[in-house]
Amino acid sequence: MRTASDYIEMKVPAKPDYVGVVRLTISGLANRMGFAFDEIEDIKIAVSEAVTNVVNHAYTDTEEKGQVRIGCNIYDDRMEITVVDQGKSFDVESISKNLGPVDGKSVDQLHEGGLGLFLIDTLMDKVEISSEAGVVVMMTKYLHRDEVEEHVDRISPAPSQ
Amino acid sequence: MNLQINQDQINETYELKLTGEVDAYTAPKLKEVMLPLTDKEGNIVIVDLSGIEYMDSTGLGIFVGALKSSKANNSSLKLRGMTERVKRIFEITGLTEVMDIESGVKGEAL
Repeated sequence: MRTASDYIEMKVPAKPDYVGVVRLTISGLANRMGFAFDEIEDIKIAVSEAVTNVVNHAYTDTEEKGQVRIGCNIYDDRMEITVVDQGKSFDVESISKNLGPVDGKSVDQLHEGGLGLFLIDTLMDKVEISSEAGVVVMMTKYLHRDEVEEHVDRISPAPSQ
Repeated sequence: MNLQINQDQINETYELKLTGEVDAYTAPKLKEVMLPLTDKEGNIVIVDLSGIEYMDSTGLGIFVGALKSSKANNSSLKLRGMTERVKRIFEITGLTEVMDIESGVKGEAL
């Protein structure tokens, strides 16, 4: 078993203003670890989606904006990013059921939101979501993916028409 | 980390040239500029994405909203100049199927 060598944590206000800052920081760490350009771009999108979800959903408009915590474990073979909020949790099960590309849907059926979790699931190698106390999204990206074949993307098939 | 929007107009044809990043922070600005254009019947709105370095689902959502608005108001929306990266997230999410996207991809070679 490989153990974590380094851990980095950030806490930023749950505001759109800081999504880019988190993205750039994580991008710097991924670059430092030796991820390829395209993998870094995937990680940037996944992290931004997770943080954006917190910004959009975790805290109600009237309530004062809370914080979002981003933890990043760096292992020899992978990067593990955890995004945590302390806001009200959403119904993970009902949301995951609706995950999927927009294939076969008419324009009217498209949602303006809702693609975020689908993108996280698609772009990262492993994704776990828990909603017990606030929402925790934990996502993993492996270095040299061809060497760790047991961690294959498990993307649920697109809903049939 | 910002988004610049340059707008050109010839009669009812509007061209928006985007440069920078479209995320949760910059997307409201894009929506503010694009929606009033797609809301008006007969308008042709062309969005040039060749200067976009980063886009995530918040940006996709704005384009979905603009597409809906164009269908509802008989205007048209075309996207062009996508980099490989931007094209990829449109493909992954299946939006290439519903959007009017001009081929001829610009951007980094893989």
